[in-house]
Amino acid sequence: MKHDRREFLKKAGFGALAGFGALAGVIPGLALEKTDAAAFSQKPEQGKTRWGMLIDTRACTEGCSRRVAACHHVHNVPDFGDPKNEVKWIWKSSYQEAFPTAPHQFPSRAVAEREVLTLCNHCAESPCTRACPTQATFNRRDGIVAMDYHRCIGCRFCMVACPYGSRSFNWLDPRPAIKEYYREYPTRERGVVEKCNFCSERLVKGLPPACVEACPENAITFGDLNDPGSLIRRMLSDNETMQRKPELGTLPSVFYII
Amino acid sequence: MIEKALKGNRSYWAWIAFLIACIGLGLNAWAYQLEHGLGVTGMGRDISWGLYIAQFTFLVGVAASAVMVVLPYYLHNRKEFGKIVIVGEFLAVSAAVMCMLFILADLGKPQRVLNVLRYPTPNSMVFWDVVVLNGYLLLNLIGGWTVLGAERKGIAPPKWVKPLIYLSIPWAFSIHTVTAFLYAGMPGRHLWLTAVLAPRFLASAFAAGTAILILISFILKTTSGFDAGTEVRKKLTVIAAYAGIANFFLLGMEFFTAFYSNVPAHMHSLQYLYFGLHGQAQFVPWMWLSLVVGLGAVAVLLVPSLRSRTSWLIAACSGLVVSIWIDKGVGLIIGGFNPTPFEHIVRYAPTVTEISVALGIWAIGLLLLTMLLKVAVAVKTDS
Repeated sequence: MKHDRREFLKKAGFGALAGFGALAGVIPGLALEKTDAAAFSQKPEQGKTRWGMLIDTRACTEGCSRRVAACHHVHNVPDFGDPKNEVKWIWKSSYQEAFPTAPHQFPSRAVAEREVLTLCNHCAESPCTRACPTQATFNRRDGIVAMDYHRCIGCRFCMVACPYGSRSFNWLDPRPAIKEYYREYPTRERGVVEKCNFCSERLVKGLPPACVEACPENAITFGDLNDPGSLIRRMLSDNETMQRKPELGTLPSVFYII
Repeated sequence: MIEKALKGNRSYWAWIAFLIACIGLGLNAWAYQLEHGLGVTGMGRDISWGLYIAQFTFLVGVAASAVMVVLPYYLHNRKEFGKIVIVGEFLAVSAAVMCMLFILADLGKPQRVLNVLRYPTPNSMVFWDVVVLNGYLLLNLIGGWTVLGAERKGIAPPKWVKPLIYLSIPWAFSIHTVTAFLYAGMPGRHLWLTAVLAPRFLASAFAAGTAILILISFILKTTSGFDAGTEVRKKLTVIAAYAGIANFFLLGMEFFTAFYSNVPAHMHSLQYLYFGLHGQAQFVPWMWLSLVVGLGAVAVLLVPSLRSRTSWLIAACSGLVVSIWIDKGVGLIIGGFNPTPFEHIVRYAPTVTEISVALGIWAIGLLLLTMLLKVAVAVKTDS
């Protein structure tokens, strides 16, 4: 089974959108979502891509809200307006919330007031995919932790397993809570889990993730962590960066400059 | 044999009617939940499991505790357990059914539950839990029913049933160990990330489950005149007492490790549950009630002059069950989610819908247990 699935992903490159067969008919582009590094990275190495993100929090000003709004718009993320039923893919957290195990006793004023964008870390050692009983959430070959909304049984084990609080469950029907429907990405049903997909549907078209594009300060660098020559790797070696809760061994693919 | 469950006096039928009414209420609430989604429960983005999973965890323990009568009877040939062994097996069957129903009620997409079997995933503990729970249910149902059927006919049980009963003994330990693994393998949930979680689950299960068996034996004695025997109750009292001690000992280990090491992540959930954290103390009264009642119950079970009196024994067993129900059914789940990955404290309160669904599932389990025990008692008192 596992082998078949891998073969399937390899051939169709369907990834995060596996199962959206019906929609693929409506939007032909989706059927061809091929997670090919060539679509984005300058130096492709087929099969060895690991997408990653570096967020320079020093450059973050009020622009953050725009990135959150851009992501939530293009992914039809519902807005219920209450924290209990909330669905979110990317959002602002305080430095203390995002890095609770980092030292906080005497933080500099800049750090204490810093707002940090938090999202799915697309961990290389992801606890969520380990916990999922149906492989509805799984690791793609390009490092993206993807969701199959059509296979998810809604047990929420992945939410319990995620130490970053990155996953949301559709506690209610999300469709009435979508302000402006975006036609190029499917909506979800009530009863399944969802989260950031690193914009796999945009990567395939050669577009950067929506949050990267919407950032007015160019504070987010997106690229292939396995390519030593990529901009993100060069920036990682030139700057001091952090990952969230590195002590848990999840190997997050999202990095921060504080 | 099942026809024996259809003969009963007025109070038997009144009890059945009451349970069916509760089931109706539960089904109605479940229909409402299916219609609107799990948003009608008290669960949310931060506390993503609640009453349902808590009841599931408690009941897996009740199911596992059947081993405390099966093991002495079949492995050590302790004849005094002869009359209670079927009660333990049928209690396990009913508890296992309730466990599965609580899982089903908790799913966002219950119509897809078979995906767990369609895409078997050995790295997921849920897969193993489904396997061991279903296996345990079958082992106890087949074992109990076959031996009872042979007893009704006045013949020796078939030879093939013995290996199944022996298998159910390690299997009982496996169901609660795997259930503990559901929690103990989660990085970042510090209340659960502890090697003593599975041993503590077993200890609390054998305490609460055995206490429930003692209580059931009194209920059967009063309602049907079927007495499992004072001798076996004495033995079960000892088991419950020492399992209770093991449970509180392991809880003490958690406290020592967290507070002596002074590592904040290890202390936070315990602080939240027992003392309050960041000004939030929603479950502090519950946890202290659990602690005081549980320790009191163990003390009563240890003092011969107290435990030999029926009223004290019933009070102590009830106290032990309540204590462990609070600890496992309230504290463990909610304490595991608080503080959240962002170090927030989030309140949780089950809604009326949620409580009704839970009540309905308990009623289904009790109905099943009532009917199974009715059959068992009828066979035992006829022969």
